[in-house]
Amino acid sequence: MHDVAIVGIGMHEFGRHDGISGMDQGVVAVRRALADARCEWEDLEFAFGGSKDAGSPDTMVSRLGLTGLQFINVHNGCATGGSALISAYNAIRSGTFDIGIAVGFDKHERGAFRVRTRGDRMEWYGESGMALTTQFFGMKINRYMHDFGISQNTLAKVSAKAFRNGAINPMAWRRKPLSEEEVLESAMLSYPLTQYMFCSPGEGGVAIVLVRADKAKEYTDNPVFLKSCVVKSRRFGSFEVFSPHLANEFSVGPTVDASNAAFEMAGIGPEDIDIAQLQDTESGAEVMHMAENGFCEHGEQESMIQNGETEIDGKFPVNTDGGCLANGEPIGASGLRQVYENVLQLRGDAGERQVPNDPRTAYTHVYGAPGISGVTILSR
Amino acid sequence: MAQVSIQEDVLIGVPDEPRLIGGKCPDCGNHVFPMQKDCPKCTGNQIEEVELSTRGTLWTWTVQGFPPKAPPYIGETDPSSFESYGVGYVELPGEVKVEARLTESNPERLEVGMEMELTVVPLKTDEQGNEIVTFAFRPVENK
Ligand SMILES: [Zn+2]
Repeated sequence: MHDVAIVGIGMHEFGRHDGISGMDQGVVAVRRALADARCEWEDLEFAFGGSKDAGSPDTMVSRLGLTGLQFINVHNGCATGGSALISAYNAIRSGTFDIGIAVGFDKHERGAFRVRTRGDRMEWYGESGMALTTQFFGMKINRYMHDFGISQNTLAKVSAKAFRNGAINPMAWRRKPLSEEEVLESAMLSYPLTQYMFCSPGEGGVAIVLVRADKAKEYTDNPVFLKSCVVKSRRFGSFEVFSPHLANEFSVGPTVDASNAAFEMAGIGPEDIDIAQLQDTESGAEVMHMAENGFCEHGEQESMIQNGETEIDGKFPVNTDGGCLANGEPIGASGLRQVYENVLQLRGDAGERQVPNDPRTAYTHVYGAPGISGVTILSR
Repeated sequence: MAQVSIQEDVLIGVPDEPRLIGGKCPDCGNHVFPMQKDCPKCTGNQIEEVELSTRGTLWTWTVQGFPPKAPPYIGETDPSSFESYGVGYVELPGEVKVEARLTESNPERLEVGMEMELTVVPLKTDEQGNEIVTFAFRPVENK
């Protein structure tokens, strides 16, 4: 087994970009990642590309160069970007290749994701008004608040932090800070979650150049090492989005499984992590994912967030780039955005939003339909 | 105006005695909804159709505050006449938690653990003048 290093990162600004295709944004991200790694497209031996709504990633070879490299498209729900990364990671780890790239991009229609349930005898579900991811998030956090005493003000604090961090992130979509009051007073979309507690489908692209760790210094003075990379699907009894029924018996979700596996693989524990990017499809998700990933006990988030511990200058900074809330969620790119942010933070290159705790280890987590979770642990 | 079920293999007995069609695995006792042959618990594939209980307790809930996209939604989507509706999981003892519309949409009157019973709610009127209904749970009135 070979260790794997990240030697180049590139991003196309997240947001809404009329007249720029999702593919255009992916190509920009690739060119920026290559420049960051001081290498050329023809140096790459393989690529894994992910996009949900913006075309087949492999067709970007006609823009970047017809070099004959192995290019495989990845399509894996909300873990599409994370799945491209794990594929690239394993390609190098196994010794098959020395250098390659993971790229993700997307461009979604405006508004909540439209779910198509035709053709599988599930038409009634969408027709009855239940095929909305927003409802799942409202129901999951509502139960969680009931069980563990999380307040709605804490949900508002998570959003306010996200928009504050986004305001100092030049790549973010939402760059205007919003107060807790503005968050709480915005439209109630799915009780207890208001409009500004939800992220929106958006656009953007991210690319990550990976090499065998022993070759990293050929490309960069600041390599970041991928200590673990895990994707897990759900087990029986977990509570997932788009479930017409749930089992009465309970089991932990894929986030807990992915987190446990990632820590085991890296040989470290949650107490060793200095900074984390956690899936914040809505502000309640960030709260629940803090505990599901092992960073606190259920319910402890209330005091942690009220005390500012997850702020950039707090004890345990979470979603330092503004997360999905400030960046939107282009599905193909979202998981890779988290890795991009952690690489910047570990290099000390995050500018105005650089965390002051001199981070050495960093954690990313994505979650999404239909009950899938991806985790990475990075270190320098 | 006649009321008709949104899908006859999911909801029967419209309008007076609504029942949900689920399934029970003969191998492990696991229940599913809607009916499917394959069992996600024991990996068996012989699940048999059963009518699910019509009463249970509210496990969690939310309120749909904006019109869903149409398609797939067939109910009211005009923002000026759309009314918020409750959605929740109702735990049927010994069976499953079923995701369903709720007749109640006021957060002040919804509470985890409250007793609920099966009913139907109208979605739209079709070309033949039939009212298409889907299933919902309503709070059990304390007498
Ligand atoms: Zn079974």
